[in-house]
Amino acid sequence: MASVKLNNIKKRFGNVDVLHGIDLDIKDGEFVVLIGESGCGKSTLLRLLSGLEDISEGDLYIDDERVNGRSPAKRGIAMVFQSYALYPHMNVFKNMAFGLKIAGKDKHHVTEKVIEAAKKLKIDHLLDRLPRELSGGQRQRVAIGRAIVRDPKVFLFDEPLSNLDASLRVQTRVELGKLHQELKSTVIYVTHDQVEAMTLGDKIVVMNKGRVEQVGAPLDLYHHPKTQFVAGFIGSPKMNFLPAKIHHADPENTQLVLESGRIIHASIDSSALQKGDAVQIGLRPEHMSLDCTDNRFEGTVTLLEHLGELSYLYVDMGQEGELVLKVDGDNHHQAGDHIQFGIKPTHLYLFDRDGKALNRVNAHLSPATPL
Amino acid sequence: MNLINRFMPSNGYRQLPKSVTVHAVLLAYTVIALFPILVVVINSFKERRAIFRDPLGLPTQDSFTLIGFEQVLQRSDFGLYSWNSLVVTIIAVGLVLLLGAMAAWALTEYKFKGNLFITFLFAMGIMIPIRLGTVSILGLMVNLNLVNTLTALVLVYIAQGLPLAVYILSEFVRTIPKELTEAARCDSVSEYKIFFCIILPLLKPAMATVAVFTMIPIWNDLWFPLILAPGESTRTITLGVQQFVGQYVTDWNSVLSALTMAIVPVLILYTIFSRQLIRGLTSGAVK
Repeated sequence: MASVKLNNIKKRFGNVDVLHGIDLDIKDGEFVVLIGESGCGKSTLLRLLSGLEDISEGDLYIDDERVNGRSPAKRGIAMVFQSYALYPHMNVFKNMAFGLKIAGKDKHHVTEKVIEAAKKLKIDHLLDRLPRELSGGQRQRVAIGRAIVRDPKVFLFDEPLSNLDASLRVQTRVELGKLHQELKSTVIYVTHDQVEAMTLGDKIVVMNKGRVEQVGAPLDLYHHPKTQFVAGFIGSPKMNFLPAKIHHADPENTQLVLESGRIIHASIDSSALQKGDAVQIGLRPEHMSLDCTDNRFEGTVTLLEHLGELSYLYVDMGQEGELVLKVDGDNHHQAGDHIQFGIKPTHLYLFDRDGKALNRVNAHLSPATPL
Repeated sequence: MNLINRFMPSNGYRQLPKSVTVHAVLLAYTVIALFPILVVVINSFKERRAIFRDPLGLPTQDSFTLIGFEQVLQRSDFGLYSWNSLVVTIIAVGLVLLLGAMAAWALTEYKFKGNLFITFLFAMGIMIPIRLGTVSILGLMVNLNLVNTLTALVLVYIAQGLPLAVYILSEFVRTIPKELTEAARCDSVSEYKIFFCIILPLLKPAMATVAVFTMIPIWNDLWFPLILAPGESTRTITLGVQQFVGQYVTDWNSVLSALTMAIVPVLILYTIFSRQLIRGLTSGAVK
């Protein structure tokens, strides 16, 4: 159990700056998810934390101790790799016991530890098997078990679920969440899957091009993204963006004009902007509704995706752009249908020319409406 | 049209001639490779006259004899020669494998100054035959007082086998996922333990390949035993056989019997390694 503190951590590979000063505070027992597109530096950051890569600049503290330059083991971390990285020539028991044995722990103690962890992960019947005789999900558990037996201060997970098939991923995700509640340990978890991030994380760190874009609780990021990047990243399907101009700047009721000349009302503080400034309106697919009478839009359905409980409608609005709507699965629409829909002013997001989000008024009072 | 030919699933009609050709070629090659060995073995059991009268015939009741084997075992110190060969081969192969694996691991895993230079030196070692340096090797051995010792042979054979071993093993080390060593480092395993407990076991199939490639030239070598260790007590088996090859008369019975017996240890070693060898040869290609 430990807190982790990153102080202006930078990483350079040759002349290429990969991380440009990361500051982060991770509390004891917190489940922190690092998320971002591939190449944003999230895996590199994890490797810096683990000690597998050297930190170019900045300080890393684990439990208020500066650990720069210390070997992975001395930092008290355990890492679970995307490819599991099980030793192929050792059976499950040996895989899990290897680290403890090397550390010179008493044999009885090692055996007890391994069996305890195996029971916790429900792999105690597999201890004699070799990794190649296991399924992907089982291998994943062994990899986690190998981390647990060492009682690390901090668990590092590098995209641990991305090699699993979809149903197993959901199942393992739930188990990981339960495991964290049981162990109450500090976890740093890298993923590119925003569902994993939203469901598992106490805190999400959105990274973009080697910088931290925003840190916050999952719902904070959902309701109050600081930038257009974060807004686009959190939520599925992605938030829709429509180009628009300020029609009337106001601290509470902003009026926007779309390319087609349609006027949109948004409960957003745009007092910093002026009439005519270019902005991007953000509309979440789940916030638009066919019954809503505010801010009416119209368009033609070009494609439907039925997921059963709900459907995605892809709507072409001509000049104004294209949108995705999340609607009830019981709808009777077809491709080619002309539909009308609306969105409440409190549900709109607004981003200025630099992608910075404008303050949403009363946004915290309007939780996402259930479908 | 070309594309269609390339991507159409080939049918039975087209497959059959192809597989017949492939097997014919392979069979022909097997016959060519095994023929000399077979002739040696057959003739070692025949009388001298029968060898010349009908070199390809099997030994009959009249022509069957074990005189060659008797000669070899009585007139020469065959046991000692075999022992010398065995000692030299096993120690040299063992050290080539160990040092080769260590060098391959170091050169691929660690980035250090001179890495490329050392790799380049090993590549040169593959390209330039070691026999070109015979004169200076002999000079060196004389200076080191190692002439007529098995140590001299072992040292030369390590030098001879190491470049190719490093080359082959490096390729295999590269196929070992980096995460394995990283996971081990997170487990606080020392670099030596990582090598001996994780890398070495994974290199087994590759090492079998290297063992066979290294072992056969060493066992068969006549050149260096003749130059560096021709003394009676340090003769290897290939050199020992030579004493039956005279300038005027060659005792073919003995030569062929000695060769037949010399094949046996290699065959045994090969059988031990072959299972691993095949896995090693294919693992890189198929994966």
